[in-house]
Amino acid sequence: MSRTLYQFHGGVHPEEHKQVSTQLPIAIAPIPAQLIVPTRQHIGHPAKPCVSIGEYVQKGQIIAQADGYISAAIHAPSSGTVTHIGMHPMPHPSGLVDNAIVIATDGKDEWCERQPIDYRNLNASALRNRLRDMGIAGLGGAVFPSFIKLNPGVPQKVQTLLLNGGECEPWITCDDMTMRERATGIMAGVEIMRFMLRAETVIVGIEDNKPEAIIAMQQAAAQCQFPVEIAVIPTLYPSGGAKQMIKVITGKEVPSGGRSTDVGVATFNVGTAYAIHRAINHGEPLISRIVTVAGNVQQARNFDVLIGTPMNALVQLGQGHPAKVSGYVMGGPMMGIDLQRIDVPVVKATNCILVKSQTLFPPAPLAMPCIRCTRCADACPADLQPQELYWFARAKNFDKAQKYNLFDCIECGCCSYVCPSHIPLVQYYRYAKSEIAANLAEHKAADHARERHETRLARIEREKKERAEKLAQKAAAKPAAATSSDDPATAAKKAAIQAAIERAKANQATTQPPTEPS
Amino acid sequence: MIAALLVMAGLAIVLGAALGFAAIKYKVEEDPIVEKIDAILPQTQCGQCGYPGCKPYAEAIASGKADINQCPPGGDEGARKLAELMGVEFKPLNAEFGEPKPKSVAVIDEAICIGCTLCIQACPVDAILGAAKQMHTVIAKECTGCELCIAPCPVDCITMEPIKETVSTWKWKYPIVELKAVS
Repeated sequence: MSRTLYQFHGGVHPEEHKQVSTQLPIAIAPIPAQLIVPTRQHIGHPAKPCVSIGEYVQKGQIIAQADGYISAAIHAPSSGTVTHIGMHPMPHPSGLVDNAIVIATDGKDEWCERQPIDYRNLNASALRNRLRDMGIAGLGGAVFPSFIKLNPGVPQKVQTLLLNGGECEPWITCDDMTMRERATGIMAGVEIMRFMLRAETVIVGIEDNKPEAIIAMQQAAAQCQFPVEIAVIPTLYPSGGAKQMIKVITGKEVPSGGRSTDVGVATFNVGTAYAIHRAINHGEPLISRIVTVAGNVQQARNFDVLIGTPMNALVQLGQGHPAKVSGYVMGGPMMGIDLQRIDVPVVKATNCILVKSQTLFPPAPLAMPCIRCTRCADACPADLQPQELYWFARAKNFDKAQKYNLFDCIECGCCSYVCPSHIPLVQYYRYAKSEIAANLAEHKAADHARERHETRLARIEREKKERAEKLAQKAAAKPAAATSSDDPATAAKKAAIQAAIERAKANQATTQPPTEPS
Repeated sequence: MIAALLVMAGLAIVLGAALGFAAIKYKVEEDPIVEKIDAILPQTQCGQCGYPGCKPYAEAIASGKADINQCPPGGDEGARKLAELMGVEFKPLNAEFGEPKPKSVAVIDEAICIGCTLCIQACPVDAILGAAKQMHTVIAKECTGCELCIAPCPVDCITMEPIKETVSTWKWKYPIVELKAVS
């Protein structure tokens, strides 16, 4: 049975460079002397540290708890002592610092008690909480906490569970190698996800440039108790994008501003499925992931790396650089982010570290003015008008950019790739998106301040009124009580003074020590 | 002749009634210009413009009593937006009312604070927590950086600290692209 496949708009064929890192099996990266584990590794709220400096932690022990709904827990990737909780440089385009828990490892790699559970014995809600506490987040790059996506919704919104083995970005092979070597584990994870989502169909989408992975996954699928379809899709960047893959396999288009679930599909990365299998069937939280080290290295390879391993330690496993290093990229050449420094840790989102050299990644030629050739529009897989968005972003005309669906842009870089004028288009979109988001946040803060100010003014007004009322009441009550005296004001004063004197006397009597001081 | 007059008069009455009904039914509320101005103002409630808050300043602009360039927290950007809304020429910020400063929050040195509650009374957005003779503290998330708490403090224990850029507030910069010279 072969499925009818569809095509998404646009797309490009960049050079793949995938063979260089698939020659050797996945290697286990050594435990580094120091693990730097950031508390913000997922989309949403950062986790809250629950260990203190000097504390001994075991491998897999929870060190930061999920905080808020969109959050996930963080665990110690190996055993050791917590030496520092605080700011550390992050693998972020800004190069800024963020909160991290630093562990000096003891090399024993001692596990805490692992509790494998039978997922069939738990209800969906308990299973979701379990995944949150196991720190599972999407390993495809967006690191969205998986437990939130594993909710079928009421009424049932998800019919299809789509496993994304597209991995369309050049150089990166971590999903490819995971599928080749750990296909059974992936299927075990799929079984749990299928149970949680009550999905009717399960499809795995793999690009046809990964024949070994396809065979491995087909063999694993044949062993499954439930039907799994392996859909082989043509290689075209960015078919690994969730919306693009849904289009190719189901023909359905996710509406503008919508999510996969709007068309009844839940999409997960293959690595996430494997992580879920380890978390539920083995009781092992997400403390390591597969990372491709490629580019300007002697020996490109995939490594099973502990989260928090400094990237410079990982890059060294590539056994040196044939050419002069001109920079580092986390992710691939199309969508990756340039790192400002290499002493930053591997995080849950790190799928690849590319070492750059002038020959492998020559700097982009100087940009020329836009000639409105609209090649970018032909290449755009989100069916946008990149040239218009570029003009609007450049002119800081953000309203117009939003009207042209700027936020449907997945920043895949197809437009920049085909641009004959070499304009860094995606940079403009990123700039416009972050400006719009900042404006929105500012407006929200202003509205909040206005509300607080108005509430305060109303309160002051109310208190004033209440005081005036009380005074009026007192004034009305006074003449009636003081009619017996000649002068009501002096009588009241006298009475008050008398009362105070008596109070003071009584006070003295009780507080005075029984014996007179000498 | 009479028939024509009657028809014309009848038409006039029917159409007049229809227009009159529409005028009541689809009545457009008067342009809420004060609200629109207030929406542009940063809601710092600092009073640097000479009015006791953003709303009074908005009212003053709407009635033509105040100029559009008296809001230092809004800066030139805010003045530009106000000029556009009011249909007047843009004017750069009037330095008489103060200079724009980086966004800051007030911080109370809790070791020095004597718990006099004067700053609590001065805060326009209730962002200071505390009670008489108890230490006070600023709820940083609610602070608008208006600096109104600084002057009343008898022991000068309040300082303004600029908000630092973090991973979550960081913004992508405007791309500066070198253009190839074409001769």
